[in-house]
Amino acid sequence: MRTAERTAQRIELHGIVQGVGFRPYVYRLARDCGIAGQVYNAGGDVVIEALGSNEDLESFMNRLPRETPPGAVITTMVSTPFDAQVGKRFSIGPSVAARTAAHGLTPDLATCDDCLLELFDPGDRRYRYPFLNCSSCGPRASVVEALPYDRERTTMRRFTLCPDCRGEYENPADRRFHAEPIACPACGPRLSWSGGSEEGAALAAAVRTVAAGGLIAVKGVGGYQLVCDAADEDAIARVRAVKSRPVKALAVMVPDVGGAMAAARLSDAELRLMREAARPIVLAESRGSLPRQLAPGSDRIGLFLPYSPLHHLLLTDLDRPLVVSSANLRGEPMIVDDEIAFKLGPSVDGILAHDRPIAARYDDSVAQVVDGRPRLLRRARGYAPAPIPIPDMVAKPLLAVGAQRKHTCALAVADQAVLGPHNGDLASAQAFASFTGTVDRLSRLCGADPVAVAHDLHPGYLSTQYAEGLKGLDRVGVQHHHAHVVACAAEHGVPAPFVGVAYDGLGYGSDGELWGGEVMVADYTGFERTGRFAMAPMPGGERAAERPARMAMGYLFGPEPGLGKVDLGYARGFLNQMDGQEVALIRRMIERGVHSPRISSAGRLFDAAASLLGLCDDNTFEGEAAMRLEAAARDHGGRALPWQITRRDGLWVLDPAVTLQALLVEARTRPIGQVAARFHAAIVEATATLVMITADRAGTDRVCLGGGVFANRILAEGLMDLLRGQGFEVYLGERVPPGDGGIAYGQVAILAARLARQGAS
Amino acid sequence: MGHGAGGRLFAELLDTVIGPIIGADPVAEDAAVVAVDGVGVVVSTDSFVVTPHDFPGGDIGSLAVHGTVNDVAMRGARPVALTLAYIVEEGFPVADLARITASAACAAAGAGVAIVTGDTKVVERGGADGIYINTTGIGELLPGAVVTAAGADPGDAVLVSGPVGRHGAAVMAAREGFAFDLRSDSCALNTMVEDMITAAGRDVHVLRDATRGGIAAVLNELAFASGVGIAIDESAVAVPDQVAAICDVLGIDPFHLACEGTLVAVVAPDAADDVLTAMRARPEGRGAHRIGVVTNTHVGRVTARTALGATRIVDMPLGEQLPRIC
Ligand SMILES: [Fe+3]
Ligand SMILES: [Mg+2]
Ligand SMILES: [Zn+2]
Ligand SMILES: [Zn+2]
Repeated sequence: MRTAERTAQRIELHGIVQGVGFRPYVYRLARDCGIAGQVYNAGGDVVIEALGSNEDLESFMNRLPRETPPGAVITTMVSTPFDAQVGKRFSIGPSVAARTAAHGLTPDLATCDDCLLELFDPGDRRYRYPFLNCSSCGPRASVVEALPYDRERTTMRRFTLCPDCRGEYENPADRRFHAEPIACPACGPRLSWSGGSEEGAALAAAVRTVAAGGLIAVKGVGGYQLVCDAADEDAIARVRAVKSRPVKALAVMVPDVGGAMAAARLSDAELRLMREAARPIVLAESRGSLPRQLAPGSDRIGLFLPYSPLHHLLLTDLDRPLVVSSANLRGEPMIVDDEIAFKLGPSVDGILAHDRPIAARYDDSVAQVVDGRPRLLRRARGYAPAPIPIPDMVAKPLLAVGAQRKHTCALAVADQAVLGPHNGDLASAQAFASFTGTVDRLSRLCGADPVAVAHDLHPGYLSTQYAEGLKGLDRVGVQHHHAHVVACAAEHGVPAPFVGVAYDGLGYGSDGELWGGEVMVADYTGFERTGRFAMAPMPGGERAAERPARMAMGYLFGPEPGLGKVDLGYARGFLNQMDGQEVALIRRMIERGVHSPRISSAGRLFDAAASLLGLCDDNTFEGEAAMRLEAAARDHGGRALPWQITRRDGLWVLDPAVTLQALLVEARTRPIGQVAARFHAAIVEATATLVMITADRAGTDRVCLGGGVFANRILAEGLMDLLRGQGFEVYLGERVPPGDGGIAYGQVAILAARLARQGAS
Repeated sequence: MGHGAGGRLFAELLDTVIGPIIGADPVAEDAAVVAVDGVGVVVSTDSFVVTPHDFPGGDIGSLAVHGTVNDVAMRGARPVALTLAYIVEEGFPVADLARITASAACAAAGAGVAIVTGDTKVVERGGADGIYINTTGIGELLPGAVVTAAGADPGDAVLVSGPVGRHGAAVMAAREGFAFDLRSDSCALNTMVEDMITAAGRDVHVLRDATRGGIAAVLNELAFASGVGIAIDESAVAVPDQVAAICDVLGIDPFHLACEGTLVAVVAPDAADDVLTAMRARPEGRGAHRIGVVTNTHVGRVTARTALGATRIVDMPLGEQLPRIC
């Protein structure tokens, strides 16, 4: 019937194209379009050999990237004419060996719509089965032990497929064809309740306990979680007691999008983000319908949707918002180990567990929409360890060991970086073990033996010490803030040179000083600092980072010599409400330079401002003061407080004295929120000025923002708007977090670029 | 150089600059054992530069004696003789020199050690900060003692002879003029060490006085030297209230503060009770207690179980105040 000329194309697809039901998808699409040929996995890529009329082929290739299964991401699609023999029908061919294995690392995927229908279909054999999944959804990274990704190399290998499941697994036309974690009530994992009752009874017991106001631990996909009714203030208090977290925001899982809209004002972008296959926790503006205790001092709330069948069952049966928060002791990573979880016993009313082991820890990811784009703050379950491209191709695998807190590490293979999941604070022995385990695991999964390692310059980071202990690897130190801005540039493929703005709490400078508010001209191999924040003492070192009131006194009593001073008369109100003895001691420490290292930091300045405004004297979690300052400023406006930039020793220095003094003066008569907003505006204007001076000198109009301070939306959006109005292209991390979770990615991109340049010269 | 407070940077200096030139063993012991005519003689030397020269609980004279007496004792030896050498800045009051010397003599007599020779050099004004003292001690190995930094075995008990951080806190408060009720623990530990060796002989595996860098440095050094892990229970380590208070103000980890009369002992598990009994019988060991155990996991690292039940890594002090919070 078809008379048109038939041609063949070889189509190579890179990205996340394995472990997401991609080959069955191609198979169905090819049949639908009347295409002959085959599809097969080649390493981590997918290759299609397609034969058909020009018209059919065109339609096939048009639809191919548009109708992909959820979780699939095509980063590149290369098609070349093909003249080898192709069969008459379309088939799924045998896999061929890896070219670069890094492509095959698929993150965990939320339950798909098809599976969800089955989950609640009383006629289905998987009706209410908490572990159902298919080739488009289900656990991946949290169960895989080695590559290639096949059932016998996942923690599902201990469950022998029943004949029904095997039939589905082996049938190319079935949507469970080669779904490695496939399971059913006859052959798969089972629930248990506090070590006892099984399946339905276990779930029912858990539901009953939560409904009665109890607190339970649930073994989720990537670790244990604490779960209770989100409207129950007593239960919330118990979650906080277990975690020793009096204030930090707790995430709330809502049954559905309607539940999310009832709890927060969600933009379209936020809704889309919430519905991504990764199902991140999305920070959004709270409607105040849930207890304030969930996020004290914040105008926002972290919401997410159920992402595993078990979560769907809990949320459906309880039909209300639930606190779903990682189960961990303060400072420790999320619990993944059944034995450790059972130690929670006395503090919870029951543990809903199962017998599918967790191969690797994956916390829930956290994201927010800034400037209309989704931005990850914590990249973990659902995102990690999907590879992210880096600008420079690496000849041999490279390792980057990251920073210290919010720790992640990264491995580069070919033109991709695999950024591992969140490990937490390395000072915890568990987190450190998680870090070294991740290095081993990523190396194994990628089949990569790194030849060089990038690390931070900070000698006290345990990651730096770990790198120093590695034998036989070339070692390269990377400045913290250079890594921050390169992380942003590399993710967006920004051409060098560019202006880097790194606003951070603290990073070890190239000159041995403590930095944290840097403006620079940068490329992928190096940088030149052009601007900084004024130095201020941190009385008591880390104690000052924990207690913003100390930082406030640092700026009041220890301004950088030669720069402006705040008239202490204006600070009388602030100082009078402090303990007099503390003020005297801190002042003496500052004046005598006792344990008061000096730092030029944006983050610490925000802390000081929050404390001077009476918003937060102590950080009970990292970033609390900045969060409260931002929350106070929301919905306020007004012109910027005065600000000043001074030229010193070849650098432009943001001198905060005039701004802080104006802040104290204004706060006497004006609403605190308005003063907070005007403080933000001052930092935005001053920063834009530093950027303009720097850009002019470097001859670029590209600006990359990095550092944890840019989690602050008012600052980030204000700066982006202002700079764009001046004709700049401004970038901020999306898949790579702006904070220290993105450091390892920046480090590995810098190491790759330096090696590429060495190789070229 | 920020290498003064004893810790990672100092260890680096020893490993990379000093050690290679003199061909020293990478395992830095506080004292060396030298064979003289087939007899084990222990030698140790130390220089003292404390500011202020007087502090609650002692002065630079008594400190110079206790420091070296203790270093000799930590090899399982009985100190017998000391040398005492001064470097004095021109204009240093003679009365102060006499007082410091009397204090040193009193400390030596108290420890049962003779000061057998000495030296005094005067340098021009500004060439020294008042007075520096060097002491060298020699001692004889106690019968049955086999004590080295590398001697810790998995399963061994980790003991400490008293509350920690007292010397460092007292000196800091005196130097900076902070009003805290603090007193240095400076004292001679040699008699208690003899009693410990008598009680348990070669079951006493490691002895270290927790001087520069505090118990954090000492525990890390011996974990590294012995190729083991050390797991301590944070709440088992006694920190006097006033030490904790000044640490809180200054943002210092009490585990990083120097002690000058407090030792860490690693002993075979079965001998732990006997050794503790021997220690507690002495006034300087009255507060002796068990703080942890030697493990074969986390090799080369010290971990502490916190009051909240978490396990933190106890790192070497960095040798200067260097915060990490980003
Ligand atoms: Fe940072
Ligand atoms: Mg010594
Ligand atoms: Zn599915
Ligand atoms: Zn089955």
